[in-house]
Amino acid sequence: MQTWMPFLPERASSLSGKVDALYFYLSGVTIFFTLLISGTLIFFVIKYRRRSPYEIPRPIAGSHKLETLWSVIPLLIAMSMFVWGAQVYFEQARPPESPSEIFVVGKQWMWKLQHTTGQREINELHVPVGRKIKLIMTSEDTIHSFFIPAFRIKTDVLPGRYTTQWFEATKPGTYHLFCAEYCGMNHSGMIGSIVVMVPSEFDDWLSGNSSQQSPAIAGQQIYQSLGCVSCHGANGEGGRGPTLAGLFGGQVFLTSGETVKADEAYIRESIVNPQAKLVSGFGPIMPTFQGQVTEEQLLQILAFIKSLQVANPQPATPATGPMAPAPSAAATARPNLR
Amino acid sequence: MEEFTLPAPTKVNYLNAEYGLKSWLLTKDHKRIALLYLGSVTFFFFIGGVYAMLIRLELLTPQGDLLSSTTYNKVFTQHGIIMIFFFLIPAIPASLGNFLVPMMIGAKDLAFPRINLLSWYIYLAGGLITIYALIAGGVDTGWTFYAPYSTTFSNSYVILTGVGVFISGFSSILTGLNFIVTVHTMRAPGMTWFRMPLFIWAHYATALIMILGTPVVAITILLLAFERLTHVGIFDPAVGGDPVLFQHLFWFYSHPAVYIMVLPGMGIISELIANFSRKNIFGYSFVAFSSLAIAVFGFLVWGHHMFVSGQSVYAGMIFSFLSFAVAIPSAIKVFNWTATLYKGSISYDTPMLYALGFIGLFTIGGMTGLFLASIGLDVHVHDTYFIVAHFHYIMVGGTLLAYLGGLHYWWPKISGRMYPEGWGRFSALVVFIGFNLTFLPQFIAGYMGMPRRYHAYPPEFQVLNVLSSAGASILGVGLLIPMVYLIWSMRYGKSAEANPWHLPGLEWRTPSPPPTQNFLVTPVVTWEAYEFAPPEEMEVVGRLRRESGLDEAPIRG
Repeated sequence: MQTWMPFLPERASSLSGKVDALYFYLSGVTIFFTLLISGTLIFFVIKYRRRSPYEIPRPIAGSHKLETLWSVIPLLIAMSMFVWGAQVYFEQARPPESPSEIFVVGKQWMWKLQHTTGQREINELHVPVGRKIKLIMTSEDTIHSFFIPAFRIKTDVLPGRYTTQWFEATKPGTYHLFCAEYCGMNHSGMIGSIVVMVPSEFDDWLSGNSSQQSPAIAGQQIYQSLGCVSCHGANGEGGRGPTLAGLFGGQVFLTSGETVKADEAYIRESIVNPQAKLVSGFGPIMPTFQGQVTEEQLLQILAFIKSLQVANPQPATPATGPMAPAPSAAATARPNLR
Repeated sequence: MEEFTLPAPTKVNYLNAEYGLKSWLLTKDHKRIALLYLGSVTFFFFIGGVYAMLIRLELLTPQGDLLSSTTYNKVFTQHGIIMIFFFLIPAIPASLGNFLVPMMIGAKDLAFPRINLLSWYIYLAGGLITIYALIAGGVDTGWTFYAPYSTTFSNSYVILTGVGVFISGFSSILTGLNFIVTVHTMRAPGMTWFRMPLFIWAHYATALIMILGTPVVAITILLLAFERLTHVGIFDPAVGGDPVLFQHLFWFYSHPAVYIMVLPGMGIISELIANFSRKNIFGYSFVAFSSLAIAVFGFLVWGHHMFVSGQSVYAGMIFSFLSFAVAIPSAIKVFNWTATLYKGSISYDTPMLYALGFIGLFTIGGMTGLFLASIGLDVHVHDTYFIVAHFHYIMVGGTLLAYLGGLHYWWPKISGRMYPEGWGRFSALVVFIGFNLTFLPQFIAGYMGMPRRYHAYPPEFQVLNVLSSAGASILGVGLLIPMVYLIWSMRYGKSAEANPWHLPGLEWRTPSPPPTQNFLVTPVVTWEAYEFAPPEEMEVVGRLRRESGLDEAPIRG
């Protein structure tokens, strides 16, 4: 691609070609109209140049027909751009079914990344070709933006909430990673690289770095050390607090009568600001953990809670007292690792 | 058809009616206040231009070697703040608009002359506080002041700069208020709404945005300062705030502010295109109403600045749709201007060269705006050099070119002197070439992925940046030339007649420079806007004048 089109970044994701096609369409229309307008201007300016200082041309009031024509045609062209742009955007915005997840934490001025298998990276991310990967991103300080030109994706990384984006790399190579939202002194140094590998090499790379704990296991340890166990149970079976096993992705009924989806943002909020959304049937007794856990630890707890998903298919009912875990539960509740 | 004769030249005009510093600093004459503004905006433009040159010098090489990264961040921030709040927003309305709104509708002054003077003092106070903040140590938040960087993380003079911007906003509100009341109440007899020059329609629409939008940015800056001082959580999530709320509030003003900057320029272009082709504007009412449509729709599209900020998918879709809709009135204007030239009598004077340049560059600027409205494409080009190129095509290729065209066009009226035409045409060409060389490469750099506000960048972008810096130096020269010859012409330029361009507008029916009260006799308007004399009449007049040895073309019969 680089050789025959010097003005394009590499195309290395399943989305790149689609964004480029839209870009070509808009560029074509822009060039056409720029040439049309400037060509007409130049033609008129030469043809109707002033030939005598006394020359007064006959006035022309205007033409509603023509004006309607050049309102409607641009409108139709604009609507075609809108629909096409919306289509591409829907594809960018809709996360794929069962992607691999990677956690991204931005801070002044570095990117910290962690794979679900535990590997940590800084300012460098290894990903395989042909697998759909979802980034779950947050910031420790100010707003950043995770931008990979070769993949044509970019999403702001905000403090205090999760944003996500996904991609599927299509071409091995090393590509730029930029922070695109101005974040202070070393903003232009908050860069890195995305290393796209063929799956077999990627698996080798993964196994060569397998000494690190997976985020779900790390999350389980934090879960225990923070004392979450006493209310939510060792395996998230619930107790004084709501059940966590099977929670992720489901619907949660709140005391306010509303229903929310238990996504990453909901779980994060329920840890740092537990009173914001109270689960129906539970009182406001959970203390906040804001300031006691880092963003990375939050992501690990999240990974742990997600891993409880299929482990305990029986929904635990709110019990009156702490429930002793069944002997078999300890075995089944092992974090489900992909 | 009444006979119109030029008023006899009078010795006393608004420039020499009084002398002394006090007569300027306490003047209530809208023309003198316009000159005070003209001088001040030129001063701020010069400062903003120096910052621009520093940016282009730094970006000559991929390494961040000329300036430290902290200094570079302050330089691009201050370039943006000075250029937007202290040049682009006041430039056309407060200088040319101030001078011409009363003259073009046949009024003696604006409705509130004292408030007009007050607005200049407020502007100056805001400007000087901002300059003080820059000297004291500067500000590094970007002109957008995004939270929580601005409220929590920045160690620079955020509040002081914010106070400067906050104060200057009131001058904008007062100018807008003055224009609206003046247009409603002070039109000369016979000057109906649909006989008003399109410059007035554009300023009326601008004034609406000024009074409705500016209070919102004032509130936003206050909240920002409040959080920074007291750590009450408004925007910073660490203390319970919402950073995206800041972006909503900021862009609710700052997107309409784009139209504050460009609508008056469109008004100038309508004047130049009609008058230098001696044609009435093709579809006057379409062009007039398109200004109002832009003012209204402009308030509904702020979310297109936030497509990647985590805003909901459906909000994004609606903002994308509305952003495409707001492009249509601008497209109508471009087509109507072009159609106005059809079968016209087109002269190649300097103002017309600027007007033609405006249409070409505004077309590119507007069309590349569609790339950003198209949500799937915006995700890739957002916060890259593509957007930098796009808004400079609107702000420099549009507003600045219109401003320069208007300044040359009305210079004989303002100063009573002609500018040197040859130099004028030459510098217009230099500006056009320099501008395109500066900003065209940035579209490419942006699509290739170069993020904006980068002090250092990967080496593959260097060629494009060197081109851009080379263009900027040409552009800089092109802008310095008029600065020099306009000042020169105030003393040495050929004396201007009352109506050097032979036009029907009211401002040309009074001496150059005009007397303090603008018109010696209150004009009565019996003609439509841009109504030149009937061709048959002109032929007779031209023949008679040629036969009697007069070489001046008359204005209208």
